[in-house]
Amino acid sequence: MEPGDHLFRRESGRMVATLTRIFGVHNLALAEDVVQDAFCRALEVWKFRGVPENPSAWLMTTAKNRALDVLRRERTARTFAPELGRLLESEWTLAPAVEEIFAPQAIQDDQLRMMFSCCHPRLPEEAQVALMLHILCGFSVAEVAAAFVSGHAAMEKRISRAKKVLAGSKKLFDIADSQDFAARLPSVLRALYLLFNEGYHGASPESAVRAELCREAMRLAALLRQHPLAATPATFALSALMSLHAARLPARLDSSGELRSLFDQDRSRWDAHLVEEGQKLLDLSASGPELTEYHVEASIAWVHANAPRAEDTDWGMIVSLYDKLLTIRPSPVVALNRAIAVAQREGPERGLEEIRAIANSDRLAGYPFYHAALGEFEFRAGRQDAAREHFRAALALARNPTERSFLRRKSLAAAR
Amino acid sequence: MSEFVYLYRGGMTNQSPEARQQNIQRWMAWFKELGDKGHVKNMGQPLDRTGKLVKGKQKTITDGPFAEAKDVIGGYSIIEARDLDQAVELSKGCPIFEFEGAVEVRPVLQMNM
Repeated sequence: MEPGDHLFRRESGRMVATLTRIFGVHNLALAEDVVQDAFCRALEVWKFRGVPENPSAWLMTTAKNRALDVLRRERTARTFAPELGRLLESEWTLAPAVEEIFAPQAIQDDQLRMMFSCCHPRLPEEAQVALMLHILCGFSVAEVAAAFVSGHAAMEKRISRAKKVLAGSKKLFDIADSQDFAARLPSVLRALYLLFNEGYHGASPESAVRAELCREAMRLAALLRQHPLAATPATFALSALMSLHAARLPARLDSSGELRSLFDQDRSRWDAHLVEEGQKLLDLSASGPELTEYHVEASIAWVHANAPRAEDTDWGMIVSLYDKLLTIRPSPVVALNRAIAVAQREGPERGLEEIRAIANSDRLAGYPFYHAALGEFEFRAGRQDAAREHFRAALALARNPTERSFLRRKSLAAAR
Repeated sequence: MSEFVYLYRGGMTNQSPEARQQNIQRWMAWFKELGDKGHVKNMGQPLDRTGKLVKGKQKTITDGPFAEAKDVIGGYSIIEARDLDQAVELSKGCPIFEFEGAVEVRPVLQMNM
């Protein structure tokens, strides 16, 4: 158990998912209690005797034994998972049934089942993501709140409301029903995409938290890829997008902890292994007729990954990919990114023109990098005063110290 | 050197999985530090928080826990220190204090007093 290894978080998600399958989704809180109890035991025993050779197995066995205790003690007082029917009622079938549920392949399916259950259509997207992070990734409410830069009370409310919806659904999502599976998969992909993006672009100040969110999104996406029904071209495209973006994470902050834009990152610090992985996943995504936003975004990331220097970037290709993205999922942020690419190719005046042409650009008014882009183009066009104004506006909107320092540097450069 | 028993009380507050994992690592680091300095006679054992209480002439049996959760003894260690003051001083590094727990430091009575 290395300090950087988030064993307990990971195991928490696995255990809650598995226990919920035994107890039934309506007993989600009970499952969480049993997991807490297993961690308590680990804490008590391991601190004296050291970490066991296989800590995951130790925790799972402890959870399994506790589950058996609970089932024996409360089988008359509670109803457990209806889909297991009477298996849990007789001592003859109880232990074998629980044993089967705790088999490794079953545990993997349980996580998938929980992932799909969290994306309940009655929950708004943000609640789905928060719930996944809480249940499947083992983040406490406080940790989820920190990751989303939200107040603790607000997040507590959001998560408990979401849990109520989840516990109120009669049973866990049935991953064997291929029709339901295909219908729910897009929401799951979207939630993982949002989780990853929160880590990559989000406002959370602490870079360690951000990298963890990206890592969790990638871990859950990898679980999807291992299931035959979930390993679709869209899933591969989303995974490719995550790998290619994550490859750039080590260069986002320079050695003095300053934020670096894509244009002046030290590209030798990009993770070559992840680029290669992303490339492979992108190849795997290229089948079937469907072109998703993940395909297009992954392709954009791929073009960047293949430019040894910023000036080698094929901006023409990037602009046309953004055009495609705008037809699939139009948004002012996508339009802004397209305008930045246009400016790289055709100069700052063209960039400004494109920004002015963005529909609902008022929705960008609170986004610091909108003002930063305007400032950058004015600066490149030689209009320092205008640039300074925009950078000042951007600075006022900065969401964390890293962004603030980045924008302050920009604004100082324009003041010279 | 004299022997002392540390009784660990409470300290089982609700924590996130991440915090618990770090907590274990800190306990292990603390035990190691004490051991490296030659203060650990016997690391001791964790105790389950449940059990039975057998009491009185009637030997009445009741279920544990027997105290408020914050006072339940979760384990013990046997420590060697110069005197009670040093044993108390050494206990201050225990991670239990960050989770509303307590260490009870008790000298072991020796024959040759």
